Amino acid sequence: MMTQSSSSQFWLTRPLGERTTQIFLGVLFAALLLVTVLHLAVPQGHPLYVNAYTVNLFGKYLSYALLAVAVDLVWGYLGILSLGHGAFFAIGGYAMGMYLMRQIGDRGTYGHPVLPDFMVFLNWDSLPWYWYGFDMAWFAFAMVLLAPGLLALVFGFLAFRSRVTGVYLSIITQALTFALMLAFFRNEMGFGGNNGLTDFRELLGYNLRSNDTRLGLFIATGVALALGYILCRAIVTSKLGRVCVATRDAEARTRFIGYRVERFQLFVFVVSAMLAGLAGALYVPQVGIINPSEFSPLFSIEIVLWVALGGRATLYGAVIGAILVNYAKTVFTGVMPDAWLFALGAMFVLVTVLLPKGVAGLLIRRKRQKHDERASTGEASA
Amino acid sequence: MRRFLILGLACLLMGWLPTAQAQQASPDDSAALELLEALDVSSYPAKGEAITAILQSDDERARDWLQALLDGRLQRTEDGRFVIVLDNSGRNWPVEDALTNESLGEMSRRDLNRIGINNALRNQLRSAIAVVDLYSPNVDRRRTSATRLLGEVDEELAAPLSELIAEEEDGQVQRRLAQALAIYQVESGQLEGVEALRGSLHPRARVALSRAANGDDPIVADAAREALASIEQNLKINRGIETLYFGLSLGSVLVLAAIGLAITFGVMGVINMAHGELIMLGAYTTWMMQQLLPGQPGLALILSIPAGFMVAALVGIAIERGVIQFLKGRPLETLLATFGISLILQQLVRTVISPLNRTVVTPEWMSGSLVINDALSLTLNRMVVLGFALVVFASLMLIMRRTRLGLEVRAVTQNRAMARSMGIRATRVDIMTFALGSGVAGLAGVALSQLTNVGPNLGQNYIIDSFMVVVFGGVGNLWGTLVAGLSLGVINQILEPWAGAVLAKIIVLVFIILFIQKRPRGLFPQKGRAAEG
Repeated sequence: MMTQSSSSQFWLTRPLGERTTQIFLGVLFAALLLVTVLHLAVPQGHPLYVNAYTVNLFGKYLSYALLAVAVDLVWGYLGILSLGHGAFFAIGGYAMGMYLMRQIGDRGTYGHPVLPDFMVFLNWDSLPWYWYGFDMAWFAFAMVLLAPGLLALVFGFLAFRSRVTGVYLSIITQALTFALMLAFFRNEMGFGGNNGLTDFRELLGYNLRSNDTRLGLFIATGVALALGYILCRAIVTSKLGRVCVATRDAEARTRFIGYRVERFQLFVFVVSAMLAGLAGALYVPQVGIINPSEFSPLFSIEIVLWVALGGRATLYGAVIGAILVNYAKTVFTGVMPDAWLFALGAMFVLVTVLLPKGVAGLLIRRKRQKHDERASTGEASA
Repeated sequence: MRRFLILGLACLLMGWLPTAQAQQASPDDSAALELLEALDVSSYPAKGEAITAILQSDDERARDWLQALLDGRLQRTEDGRFVIVLDNSGRNWPVEDALTNESLGEMSRRDLNRIGINNALRNQLRSAIAVVDLYSPNVDRRRTSATRLLGEVDEELAAPLSELIAEEEDGQVQRRLAQALAIYQVESGQLEGVEALRGSLHPRARVALSRAANGDDPIVADAAREALASIEQNLKINRGIETLYFGLSLGSVLVLAAIGLAITFGVMGVINMAHGELIMLGAYTTWMMQQLLPGQPGLALILSIPAGFMVAALVGIAIERGVIQFLKGRPLETLLATFGISLILQQLVRTVISPLNRTVVTPEWMSGSLVINDALSLTLNRMVVLGFALVVFASLMLIMRRTRLGLEVRAVTQNRAMARSMGIRATRVDIMTFALGSGVAGLAGVALSQLTNVGPNLGQNYIIDSFMVVVFGGVGNLWGTLVAGLSLGVINQILEPWAGAVLAKIIVLVFIILFIQKRPRGLFPQKGRAAEG
């Protein structure tokens, strides 16, 4: 209804008129502001003071949240359960990592003006061709989006064209990220092998180890999440989004009606991969390392859990889920590390069996109940 | 209980010892004693002569002495007796008299003086023992010694060797000796040896030939080069067979791991991500059985076949009843839930047993290898697993084709609603199928415990590969799984030498992704009504 009334608007700003988007953005910006104020204005030692470590941690959660939104876009609205989104996240992260590596310059342990430390260590005498250009920020940032996008384009083209869907597609995406993990573990690939890329110093001239840069990255991630959310929301509420939902619910019928289903799938899949890449690029400077473990199938499937826990096909549910699960992970691994996998496993089972609509589903139900109550009491009084 | 038994046995032995010591040396021991005493000199050349003397003495104990001398177990007590140490681990060593072979109980290492040897003597001893063994009535001993002689023949030995070859009754020993002689001949530049070595796969023969190929004599060098080429050809074939064998072995493991998955996925359309952990449970059952039956790894292994099946099947039923039945018609959610179960099972094993790998003993009848020729030997455990996989496959085939359960399973697979309206209890079929598929995973674990380390991550390492097999072979088709598993194994092994293990795996994964382009439903797609599930 709302989309019809505002259909004359520019498509990207259309979601701003929605109530859920307004609430989500309001909460997000309030949280950003609150953390910033508590970090800068409150004196250290005060109980309300938020230290740099926590800001950094929140920043990490927010980049995970953006990743979860990307997964929700394909899983919630397209019905594609990707067990390989970690791969796009990691590739975006590697693109950023390569830029940060080149920024180190001759300040590495071996002091080589061009080659990163690990290449000097492996006795390489020149930079591999795919490292060219990563000393320029604009090129690296473009690759953050283009590299995962290109992989998604090729992979999605092959998969959707031959109508690989359902569990088959899930397994193939898992195999994709598994294969990439094996590949990136190899030293010969030129991405630092086992150790990955680390020891970063500065981003666009800002020292990555300073608290101000951390706060800046946190805010930037929050803004990116907001923009990503708006973009996804815009796609979902558009006509294209409705074709996607139709595909999710009845692929064969949508095809029979005359839509080229694979094109819609491919487009949304690529957008989602780019968002995941962006999330990875924001994640890497905040944690200071990128290594092949981000490609592990376990991580990719964990992302899906965040979405499932938060509530599929709501977008804001994905954000809630990502933050909740990762907060729980931080707490658990600190207090009793052995129990974390039990908790994670139990979450998988309980969420799928008992909470199929996730936390967002609970929120919606509560709202409906209230609505119904109000309606019934209104009737009674009248 | 066991401790008492050992104690009793020890008492028995001690009671028996004094009577054994009463026996005395026979008269010709003075000559033997002289032979041995010649060894206890400080000069190594003198020792060498003493060894030759022992060899020529025709004393039937000579081999034992020489072997003991070689191993540093021929020692002398303070009062001048020669003894052979039976076991030189620990503080006190059980010894026996070198002349009479009677046991002398245990002696402290401090009371014994070893008769030392140097490397030259060690070589002399080795070939001396080999020569002694050549005359042994025991065929096995003759075989080992003949093999040992390859490349060790010198001028002195060459002459008696030709006589021995003529007299030898055992064909294998004869061939070995002929080869040994031929290697000597090639090394000393004689043309006739080259002919005999053609086609021989032993590395020493190749060394001798390649040395001859670079030698001075042009005729011999040419012949040697030709012989080498034929050997290389032969080696290539053998390497091919070996690759095929390893490929089939890897493939059989994949088939075992994937076939249970194929059943559950094919029938219920359910992806069981905990399948790998059921494999792991099967492997741990084997380990557990071996802990319960110490000292009988073979029996434990055989018993763990039904035990592994049962354990995995019961866990499978629990998973089906506890989780999967609530997720009917939601395959993606099932995938996630079973993944959660796999995490829990892994962590459970890590906490309850140990995060470290456990070793499962390979019983004697499965260890060792089947030696085809010098370049090719097939390890027995892999062969047993290959056979086991085929047996499991055949029995599953029988169950599916010939039993009531198989009939019902096929009916439910093809059309669930129709099958139910015909009176088949689909829920019961689901449970039975899931139990069967899980049980087969347990069997895979039992087999895998013989090939790899048993650890909490065992299943994880196979799950993606087994999915690939199922996807490649086509869902719901056991033949597809067999062909896909074996061929993926062989492809992997063929790629490995020139691409490396990791890259080979990546290539196979990419290959499957591309393969699905051409045939989205696998090698053997379901046809007809079953295709529209």
